[in-house]
Amino acid sequence: MAAYGLLIDYEFCTGCQSCEVACKVEHDFPVGKWGIRVFDDGPWQKDDSNDEGSSFNWNKIPVPTDLCDGCKDRVEKGIKPTCMHHCLADVIHFGTIEELSIELAKKPKQVLWVIK
Amino acid sequence: MEFKNDLGKPWKYEEGDYTVVRSSIWSPPGCHPVGCGVKLYVNKDGILEKIEGDENDPITKGRLCARCLDLKEVVYNPSRVLYPMKRDPQDRGKADKWERCTWEEAYEMIKQKREYVIENFGPESMAAYSGTGRNGGIMVQEFAHDVLGTPNACYTQSGYACYTPRAAATAAVTGCYYPEIDYAGGVEGTYDNPDYKVPEVIVLWGKEPLPSNGDGLFGHAVIDLMKRGTKIISIDPRVNWLSTRSAVHVRLRPGTDAALGMAWLNVIINEELYDKEFVDNWCYGFDELKERVTDMTAEKAAEICGVPAETIKKSARMYANAAQAGIAWGLAIDQNQNGTQAAHCILSLIAITGNLDKPGGQLVGESKAAEVAPEGTKGMNKTYAATGHLLDGWMALGDELRNKTIGMQEYPLYVNSIRNAHADLMLDCLLTDKPYRIQMAMIQSTNIIAPTNSAEGDKWHRGLKRIPFIFATDVFMTPTIQACADLFLPLKCAPEHDSINYTHYSGSQIHFGITNKAIEVGDCKSDAQIAVELGRYLERPHYLNKYVDERAWLNNRRMQRNLIGGGKEDFDTVKEKVHVQQGRKYYKYKTGYLRPDRQPGFLTATGRVEFYSFMFSDVGADPLPFYQEPAFGPVTTPDLMKEYPFILTTGARVIAYFHSEHRQVPLLRELNPNPLIEINPADALELGVADGQWVEISNQFGKAKLKAKVTPTVKKGTVMAQHGWWFPEQDANEPNLSGVWQSNVNTLIPNHYNGNLGFGAPYKCIICKVTPLTESYDVDMKKFQETFKKVVD
Repeated sequence: MAAYGLLIDYEFCTGCQSCEVACKVEHDFPVGKWGIRVFDDGPWQKDDSNDEGSSFNWNKIPVPTDLCDGCKDRVEKGIKPTCMHHCLADVIHFGTIEELSIELAKKPKQVLWVIK
Repeated sequence: MEFKNDLGKPWKYEEGDYTVVRSSIWSPPGCHPVGCGVKLYVNKDGILEKIEGDENDPITKGRLCARCLDLKEVVYNPSRVLYPMKRDPQDRGKADKWERCTWEEAYEMIKQKREYVIENFGPESMAAYSGTGRNGGIMVQEFAHDVLGTPNACYTQSGYACYTPRAAATAAVTGCYYPEIDYAGGVEGTYDNPDYKVPEVIVLWGKEPLPSNGDGLFGHAVIDLMKRGTKIISIDPRVNWLSTRSAVHVRLRPGTDAALGMAWLNVIINEELYDKEFVDNWCYGFDELKERVTDMTAEKAAEICGVPAETIKKSARMYANAAQAGIAWGLAIDQNQNGTQAAHCILSLIAITGNLDKPGGQLVGESKAAEVAPEGTKGMNKTYAATGHLLDGWMALGDELRNKTIGMQEYPLYVNSIRNAHADLMLDCLLTDKPYRIQMAMIQSTNIIAPTNSAEGDKWHRGLKRIPFIFATDVFMTPTIQACADLFLPLKCAPEHDSINYTHYSGSQIHFGITNKAIEVGDCKSDAQIAVELGRYLERPHYLNKYVDERAWLNNRRMQRNLIGGGKEDFDTVKEKVHVQQGRKYYKYKTGYLRPDRQPGFLTATGRVEFYSFMFSDVGADPLPFYQEPAFGPVTTPDLMKEYPFILTTGARVIAYFHSEHRQVPLLRELNPNPLIEINPADALELGVADGQWVEISNQFGKAKLKAKVTPTVKKGTVMAQHGWWFPEQDANEPNLSGVWQSNVNTLIPNHYNGNLGFGAPYKCIICKVTPLTESYDVDMKKFQETFKKVVD
């Protein structure tokens, strides 16, 4: 059986938390439990002498947790995992590791999570 | 992997055990009219079980934000009010004194009170108060003028510091209705439409579109465009996530936007980066504008704004040199006494660079043609032409009654342009009974005393309690209704009623959506249904003769505002389409679509964009932009800064909430459980404040407790406090009122610091001090979830 993963373009992940809430609603997770979490890398200033533009490091990175089942029930029906479907910035992509690896190589600032 | 989708599905279809209704969501609960597409999955028992984004929506394409994803927890929230309730006015503030009543009883009570008030005090002693954003919120004039028959509709925010100042400045300078950045929402195929051009530059000026989706701009369209090469210029005191992806970030001092705008004009004019052809052919007052901005060099603005002159020059050049560029201007422009002048600068920048009504530039609304203007709009054709708003109810009040509108003498442009009483003067009226006492009021979809938008909520609390009879509409019990109202009329949420939503309230519309009813909950009614039923009950002529039921109201009142198609289709025809892109005419000033007479040019006295505004000079205001220091700050009040050394900004949007809404929704509350204040690490160190520690902010007007988020996103000396906070989990009785005074940042915002036209207020440029606290006020989310967890699985 093919291994599945989530390919995330964190250059454009805006931290909107749609994936978090979509996942919780889909799986009926209570307060305190999450199937995917958006982590904050930053913000911190890269160059103290320069206040302008992209001088801050601030990346939002969604990480699937131990509860992520890759939306097995949805995928079996041929529909997108809910985090991918609802992602406002359209930066989450589900697929086999083979096909996502090809996409991963094409652009920097991406991360590929292999789903347990 | 290939996935299936629901593209091409009809508006309603069966799927397994579900009936799926496709809809375009507005509110309640609150949101701006983007009209995101949803699929509502309803089970055999009529219960909404699931909500998914609708991939058929041409703009959102299936994407959805947290608030809609968790909409079910709003609809079936155990604390939602499902039936009309009444309470003896003597028991105001007592949460257990409400009694269930019928709609008939409620309408009868309103009828009797209204007749008594009109007979004894006159119709002007009634008022209708509304809030922001909601589908029904924009109906406040209808409730005041058409249903109750009073001129005193009132959006209670000091200086109407939201959207209308920008819209009024646009009308004055360009004669158009609101310029929005062109994100291809109106054209088939959106970004790939051959008539469309991707903006080279988007300027985000006092706007954070990702969580705010202001007035019809789908915020994440900016991300779509960035992926296609758009560069961002961010003008914001704070670092937000988007500004870290920007080419230039101008971190100006709060409230100094007009100085920056004048400096951009100075650079662009003096370096001859402007569109000479457009200025020669379509603009008026260029020389006067040039003269006015001569002194505002980049160097001078640098000192005022606290940013390097080079940054100002670089950003101005980058904007002016782009083949097409848009300025997404935000609420920060309005929340400032000097905001109308900042708006004047931004409008001049859009025009002078030739970006007005150009593909990938800035789009303005199409004017209605003169021949379609309905009867009863005589003398108001200009407003009608620009917005499509029907003014018949306002006109029907007659001159004498209209002249009694609170604020008509002091701020005629404000009152006439939005047909509202002036907010700050209304508050004075409530506290002093001058020029007359308000005897009866409707609180329509607004939580006035919570820090949503009204300044000095504590004064509003005192003032509202002096009104002898108040009825209110809402989805949940709010602190305002608990404190001040005698009758509660429960509202339907978006999945429970039919409606129409339109970007920019139909003025600069690019797309409209149909809200399709999918479920029934309790004995709730929509705003439109209440307006029609109450209007008929009160035997008001509009409702007896024209808007006889909710369908007629939708067809007449809402459909006719769809500028394209002229409202010829009825609701039942368009409902099946769910989402309608309206096509887009560019360069309308050349083709006559900006004027009701269909002549080329603009709908101003000169037919041109008026850098020198006759509409301003006609009401005795300066016809050109100028810079004025914020009322409080290091330049204006240096002595006060010793006691209150921080600049305080507020009102920044968060994804979990719409203003004071959604606090009782577990999965949303969990995203943002406590009210936060952003404070710079250097300030935190100096004050001895740790990340996560509670602090009190205070000034000469009020105080609030918030939880510190220590972060470099705010500059040293500046703090940013969240607004809208109250705590549904706390004791609802007076004086606690669900903790509405605990974290009420708007008690620090004073009334009466408005601009010269009555617009604008210092919500984003006030001062305060910060005191660390030892106790914690953190919410217990486990206990919270036990109380508010969903009732339907």
